[in-house]
Amino acid sequence: MPHERRARLALLVLALLALSAILAFMTLGARGNWGFVLPFRGKKLLGLLLVGHAVACSTVLFQTVTANRILTPAIMGFDSLFVLCSTVLMALFGSTMVAGLDPRLVFAGNVLLMVGASMALYLWLFGGEERSLHRLLLIGVVFGIFLRMLAEFVQRMLDPNEFMVLSDMLFASFGTIPATLLGIASAMVAGVTLWLMPRLSRLDVIALGRPVAVNLGIRWRAEVLAVLAAVSVLVAVSAALVGPVLFFGLIAASLAHLAVGQSAHRYLLPAASLIGVTMLVGGQTVLERVFAFNTALGIIVEFAGGITFIALLIGKGRR
Amino acid sequence: MTRLAAAVLVTAGLALASLFVGVSNVSLRGILAGQELDWLVLVESRLPRMLALLLSGASMAIAGLLTQIVIRNRFVEPANTGTMESAGLGLLVMTLVAPGAPVIAKMAAGAGFAMAGTALFLAILRRVPLRDPMLVPLVGILLSGVIYAGTAFVAYRFDLIQTVLAWTQGDLSGVLRGRYELLWLGATLAAVAWLAADRFTVAGLGRDIASSLGLAHGRVVALGLTIVSLVTAVVVVTVGMIPFLGLIVPNIVSLALGDNMRRAVPWVAVSGAALVLACDILGRVIRAPYEVPLGTVLGVLGSAVFLVLILRSRDRAA
Amino acid sequence: MIEVSSLCKSYGAAPVLHDVSLSLPRGGVTSLIGPNGAGKSTLLSLIARLIVPDSGSVTVDGLDVTRTPGPVLARRLAILRQENHLVARLTVRELVGFGRFPHSGGRLTAEDRAAIDRALDYLELAPLADRFIDQLSGGQRQRAFVAMVLAQDTDYLLLDEPLNNLDMKHAQAMMRLLASAAHDLGKTVIVVLHDINFASCHSDRIVAMRQGRIFAAGTPAEIVTPDLLGELYEMQIAVREIDGQRIALFYG
Repeated sequence: MPHERRARLALLVLALLALSAILAFMTLGARGNWGFVLPFRGKKLLGLLLVGHAVACSTVLFQTVTANRILTPAIMGFDSLFVLCSTVLMALFGSTMVAGLDPRLVFAGNVLLMVGASMALYLWLFGGEERSLHRLLLIGVVFGIFLRMLAEFVQRMLDPNEFMVLSDMLFASFGTIPATLLGIASAMVAGVTLWLMPRLSRLDVIALGRPVAVNLGIRWRAEVLAVLAAVSVLVAVSAALVGPVLFFGLIAASLAHLAVGQSAHRYLLPAASLIGVTMLVGGQTVLERVFAFNTALGIIVEFAGGITFIALLIGKGRR
Repeated sequence: MTRLAAAVLVTAGLALASLFVGVSNVSLRGILAGQELDWLVLVESRLPRMLALLLSGASMAIAGLLTQIVIRNRFVEPANTGTMESAGLGLLVMTLVAPGAPVIAKMAAGAGFAMAGTALFLAILRRVPLRDPMLVPLVGILLSGVIYAGTAFVAYRFDLIQTVLAWTQGDLSGVLRGRYELLWLGATLAAVAWLAADRFTVAGLGRDIASSLGLAHGRVVALGLTIVSLVTAVVVVTVGMIPFLGLIVPNIVSLALGDNMRRAVPWVAVSGAALVLACDILGRVIRAPYEVPLGTVLGVLGSAVFLVLILRSRDRAA
Repeated sequence: MIEVSSLCKSYGAAPVLHDVSLSLPRGGVTSLIGPNGAGKSTLLSLIARLIVPDSGSVTVDGLDVTRTPGPVLARRLAILRQENHLVARLTVRELVGFGRFPHSGGRLTAEDRAAIDRALDYLELAPLADRFIDQLSGGQRQRAFVAMVLAQDTDYLLLDEPLNNLDMKHAQAMMRLLASAAHDLGKTVIVVLHDINFASCHSDRIVAMRQGRIFAAGTPAEIVTPDLLGELYEMQIAVREIDGQRIALFYG
């Protein structure tokens, strides 16, 4: 079938793009000892790969379970939820205890809290009466602001010392990816990805929307909540590594739809992931090596993403 | 009228309380006894802070009401129409171009940018064919985010992130005598809006009705948004961004009083001032001796109330 | 056999179904008719477990629909709602292929492919099979969805206003197809219809609903009468017998 060939071709091109971005990132401007440069850049690369893959996949999955092309977990407040979870954990147990613990353990606890909280959020947003898309979006955006404000408020209530510990954890950015978490983050992302593999065709059915999917025998609530748990883990990983990024997933997912031109998850998910990786690694390479910026990637992504989102909203109204 | 008088009384009580809350102890007895230190703190810090709160709260709430009437949407305010973030960008640009410029010049630049930002927002809205009432604030929030990202990028390039953060967050701990007086200008502008209230109410009925009633709709809308931009720039340059105030106060007042602007303005002004005073006092006592900034307290409260307002409103498009 | 017993459902404070009991035997075409807001679509969605009842139960061949595992029920009963917004970008063949999901779990066998081709042919969609759904007209899209539930190859077929978006020719073809699916392939077809004359000409049974209750049930000859329809729709309706079919007249 011609469109399947097109999708495969698109994947090939995207893979080549991602590969060249990775090569450029690892080699451009490297001086001196390769034994030092490779592991140093390799760690950074791993972080960017994890984030690119996690954000892109979580966005595609979220759009699948909400039968939608505009909603993303970040826009619906899931990233802010992670920040709030970390803050609350800190407020409850105090920095002395948290700082004494292995950061990986704290992270795992955060993820667990996050999975529970995000399911509650999802059920609240999507479980009840059907709402119009714009209302849903506005609710999500404002709720995200509320969560962020609440996190900020709780942070202000903390002891300034505790706040310092927390801010090291929370204000991670593309320039300063915490290396201690790379191991556990890789394991989580790999686990979720492996879990997704055999479910790709079921995801295609879920993307048809609830009535059709239930008709075809999908156990809607259980399946969707399971996918959502996967989304939460991915969101938590990316938020812990680089902090909240509001619009990046939206760009990656929208481009993936454009690139493969159809909705089968076996093409869509890899495409989104490759685009996410290319954008992050390529963007960071250009910023670091060409413009000598360090932490501005997040800001640029927000800027471009916000414009994309407005364009999507306007375009959608037009049709 | 008696109810309004009661509200004024409550606000006055809050203002009085605001004078005596804080890290350094100012006591009524010390004031009466003419203690020098107590007087110094009162005149240099507490009184300016209280006045700054009163003025910015009242004028920001009126600016919010005006925005809602002119744009004809319940859920907008200067913080989600691109106005407030643009004012911040204007201040940043002024700091870069003319670092030594007086505050009033910075304010003027901020107001100019704020107007341009609002105009951009309106231009985008015109391109949205289906004007779902929920879409308007949504686009505004996104646009504000984009403008803020642009501001942050410029600030990052020139190492001015700290300066930008000072405007971004409504915080009154730095307000001293000599640093807040511009707010009187903002309050005066808000009073002008009150005088022209009837026109704005008519303009709020929409272009067609307003025109058939003989009103120059476009000019009145432009006047309204100019006032909003000026007030916003004044508040941002003196105390920083105060989000949600302009949104929730007029909505709550309109739930109680309906939409006649002339009747609503005094209520909006008094409630806005009272809310800001109360939030500021809360921020000062809840974690004493540290202060929780006004922007944070109001952010939590305001976003929660906004959320309730959205959930309550009927879904027309459903 | 579908047994509906004392089914109640309300949305918020507004009750939609009051204590509805009904039994629909196997085979034939049953039409659900009635004025707007009578609860027809809600009843259909409840039978197909798309929504959960407040009280009461539905069984299909003795299987309680809320407790039976999804895939088991999906091989026995298929439903198509009236509005099918599709976000996914699929070709007609892929969409129809999803009808085989309850049987194949996503991996199509030769048998599945044959069933897909049969369904495409049945709805005259073969020439459009490789077009994307979003490139089709409303009527073509409607037929593609019907082909999907047909490919599902279930004993029971529930359709909510399947004639929406169809012109006269395709509406007639659709009703004939449903009748032949019932009579030749032995399926049990239940449709919500707004056009009472299509119901009259193509049904074996008609169930009339009004204000969340069953108003009347019986053969077209029993239901399509001036008195009954007049009371059901609260308007004057004449009935004429033309070429052996009972036609309701309400245009004048």
